[in-house]
Amino acid sequence: MIEIRDLHKYFGALHVLKGINLNVQKGEVLSVIGASGSGKSTLLYCINGLEPVQQGRVVVDGIDVHAKGTDINRLRQRLGMVFQQWNSFPHLTALENVALAPRIVKGKTRAEAREIARRQLEHVGLGEKLDAYPSALSGGQQQRLAIARALAMEPEYMLFDEATSALDPELVGEVLETMRMLAEEGMTMICVTHEMGFARDVSDRVAFFHQGVMEEIGPPEQIFTAPQSEHTRKFLANVR
Amino acid sequence: MFDYNFHWRPVMKSLPDLIDAAFLTLQVAVLAMILGIVIGLGLALVRMHLRGLPRWLASSWVELARNTPALFQLFFFGFGLGAFGLHLSPYIIVLAGLTFNCAGYLAENFRGGFQAVPDTQIRAARSLGMTAWQAYSRIVIPQVFRIVYHPITNQMVWAVLMSSLGMLVGFRELSGETQFFASRTFRIFEYFAVTAVIYYVIVKLILLGSRLLAARLFRY
Repeated sequence: MIEIRDLHKYFGALHVLKGINLNVQKGEVLSVIGASGSGKSTLLYCINGLEPVQQGRVVVDGIDVHAKGTDINRLRQRLGMVFQQWNSFPHLTALENVALAPRIVKGKTRAEAREIARRQLEHVGLGEKLDAYPSALSGGQQQRLAIARALAMEPEYMLFDEATSALDPELVGEVLETMRMLAEEGMTMICVTHEMGFARDVSDRVAFFHQGVMEEIGPPEQIFTAPQSEHTRKFLANVR
Repeated sequence: MFDYNFHWRPVMKSLPDLIDAAFLTLQVAVLAMILGIVIGLGLALVRMHLRGLPRWLASSWVELARNTPALFQLFFFGFGLGAFGLHLSPYIIVLAGLTFNCAGYLAENFRGGFQAVPDTQIRAARSLGMTAWQAYSRIVIPQVFRIVYHPITNQMVWAVLMSSLGMLVGFRELSGETQFFASRTFRIFEYFAVTAVIYYVIVKLILLGSRLLAARLFRY
């Protein structure tokens, strides 16, 4: 379980997250929606410790992410992350992209790591592209590569930071399909997204962020058909 | 039109000595480059990550190496230190001067290389549980190496050509050796023409080797 308690985050004087409280259960799919700058991506970075926090706690399976003694590199193995700019490693083939972390972080042998990588790449539909370099892959393929790379660490949770926002429109579908597949397999997921269709169909809950505050959280039907907050209503009216 | 008779025979007779001197040129240039790459990388990292005196020293090195004549840098290690009673051998003077110069130029190449790799690459690596060092050594450095590969080749060529300044501090590398024979035989034009060809061949071989190596190293 991921527990977030009274989380505050500042970038200098800018108060980006203003006291977030949130629990995400095992097996749950949570979509986080809201305007740009509302703090939703920052929330993900605080969950896996890529950004320090100024107040409050994030606890993953009982381990405080930001506590002094926490082995953050070990904890991050539980938290797969997929970025908006897919960030494939350009100097490595698809297979090497995926096999690297299992080998050097988890200590798998070269053969084991390659086997894991091959399986994960086939899983996301890139079985034909094992030896391709990222420059030879489309944006959608690179993003699926990034998903396979995160999955290869066998994470308990997957964090998606606007995984489809940087993609050409015709490539969005294949990535959403992969995310949907993961959700059906029971992966716990937090998806920061602008894809309202995905949020509505796939999530168990949807959270709406507005100016660093979690305005509203609830089942998709409630958020999309009967939003309680005025801000949520306005946002949804604008994105449709 | 002009009454000058070419005499190639003396040059041909001393060709083996010139070839030997060419290897000395290559040796000192390669050594200066190896040292220059290590020091240049260090200077770039110091300038990017440290503050205060270390950064000031590194910046001064780069500024002096890039903004003063290479010959003066060589003279500093020769006559400059000599004035303070520190007498280095011509070989060491040339090696030190070339290294000083190459490190300064390479530091700027490395700095540009590091800046060209986006921070998001490090974030992605760290999100997979890699340590900062693993992210640096496995993800950042290989990409930087590719970016600075061709500038390093250029610098290698420059080091070979610049080593010819060695003759002005009494070093008998290819130019020094040529000067030595030329002044003994007065076949100045002939000697320097042949030496120019030798330099040209060395540089061409370096460029060819570099291209072949690049094709093997960089498949992406």
